[in-house]
Amino acid sequence: MKLLVPIKRVVDFTVKVRVKPDGSGVDLDNVKMSMNPFDEIAVEEAIRLKERGVATEIIVVSLGPAACQETLRTALAMGADRAILVETDAELEPLAVAKLLKQIVAKEETQLVILGKQAIDDDSNQTGQMLAALLDWPQGTFASKLEIAQGKATVTREIDGGLETLELPLPAVITTDLRLNEPRYTSLPNIIKAKKRPLASLKVSDLQTDITPRLKTQKVEAPQPRKAGIRVNSVEELVSKLRQEAKVI
Amino acid sequence: MALLVLAEHDNAALKPATQNSVAAARKIGEKADASEIHVLVMGHQARPVAEAAARIEGVAKVILADAVELGPLTAEILTAQVLLQLQAEHYSHLLAPATTYGKNLLPRIAAKLDVQQISGIIDVLSPTTFVRPIYAGNALATVEGIAGAIIVLTVLSTGFDASPMSEITTPIESAKELAKDSAGVRLVGRQLASSDKIELTAARVVVSGGRGLQKAENFQLLEALAAKLNAAVGASRAAVDAGFVPNDYQVGQTGKIVAPELYIAVGISGAIQHLAGMRDSKVIVAINKDPDAPIFQVADYGLVGDALEILPQLTAQL
Repeated sequence: MKLLVPIKRVVDFTVKVRVKPDGSGVDLDNVKMSMNPFDEIAVEEAIRLKERGVATEIIVVSLGPAACQETLRTALAMGADRAILVETDAELEPLAVAKLLKQIVAKEETQLVILGKQAIDDDSNQTGQMLAALLDWPQGTFASKLEIAQGKATVTREIDGGLETLELPLPAVITTDLRLNEPRYTSLPNIIKAKKRPLASLKVSDLQTDITPRLKTQKVEAPQPRKAGIRVNSVEELVSKLRQEAKVI
Repeated sequence: MALLVLAEHDNAALKPATQNSVAAARKIGEKADASEIHVLVMGHQARPVAEAAARIEGVAKVILADAVELGPLTAEILTAQVLLQLQAEHYSHLLAPATTYGKNLLPRIAAKLDVQQISGIIDVLSPTTFVRPIYAGNALATVEGIAGAIIVLTVLSTGFDASPMSEITTPIESAKELAKDSAGVRLVGRQLASSDKIELTAARVVVSGGRGLQKAENFQLLEALAAKLNAAVGASRAAVDAGFVPNDYQVGQTGKIVAPELYIAVGISGAIQHLAGMRDSKVIVAINKDPDAPIFQVADYGLVGDALEILPQLTAQL
């Protein structure tokens, strides 16, 4: 069974981004970029499925500027077999990404797509669900456990009230949540081996998909800063402040 | 113009987040010429949910789609049901709470409609312009829908005060057609927190614990404080990962986003991802051994010290 794992290059999770003073967006100059953490978990899960003999080939795909090659190489170093870059400098909305991924799924004839549940830059949490809709495949989102056997995926999902377990017939789309697994580190020998693994490059226009944006970002601002707080020196002082000053208890 | 809000529920009771989504719909309606808000309840033996939805202020009509196939509340069949409703009546907007329910379901519907959804809105500026947090809430984007037959939105409850329940009940209509196809998806089971726990996203006071509590047993100290304050209990990702509490306690960028009157963060360092989940709380208290912990930068009141000593003292003094 061939697996497709789409990955996104995003601002590293340790970075506290700053908004540009002209309101046009977030300042990304010289900011550290990394694979979206949920996508790392997706790559890791795919590799474990291959190690268990469930998957035969893992294809990672990224859609974006040429620099995404770095992210793809990291996935190859983790253990993916083959990488595809769909190159574009255009900003892609989730619906456009889903449409492009649908084309890749068709080309590669994959039976399972595993994505991160959300990208930590846009925080939309849509792409996996949209891809499932376009493919008319069932979806298992926010997965904290995944088992594949006899043509079915058994997915335990993290939901607001606790956990839910679904059984989906394959082919299916899965999105990963934090506790699905802990991704492996890439060792230097694997990084070197990864250089020999194929990385194909396509232009977004090759996929003949309408990626025109449907939304317009009018401005990006920083949130209202909070008033500076104070240190209290004792529990008594805290209780008193909360009662008398803040009046919340 | 009519707006459709998808009710969130568990077949037995309506979830409060539905009321916040209705509030968002009302705000959109106020900025348009005339509007009617409908609430769609989809489930099995869910009449009590429809009756509750019919009492939300601002709702003109409730549609109840009730069938055994809808009971598991899985995305594939609910998508089909919503699409039937959108064919039955014309809507300018489709809204759902930005809870795991809405986040799982709405994008699937949006893609079937060939519409680019806007996720997690915290404000409405016009019928087509909304504000939403990005980059873990470190930036706010004002976004306008410029194409598409319908506007599809998920609503962050923290941005809109719940539309209250009233004495007036609006009509409940049965859905004209019922979806039958679950796409072969089977609900195996659910493991849910007990329903008598105070819901994190609706609580006036939240008491949250992090890795600084050191052991799962120490969460009992937090629960004792929460009981005194009639508070909900939350946790950082670190506490959940360490197995101190189950995943439904997690507050953060990819967990629950809360904005209570009072948020007490105990033994939580204040990573960017955690702040994303609680930074809009009215009053923030931080208790941490480390005076340089980032949480103190957002706290209104900071107390440096050992949480395990402070918690029992605080509980006793309340």
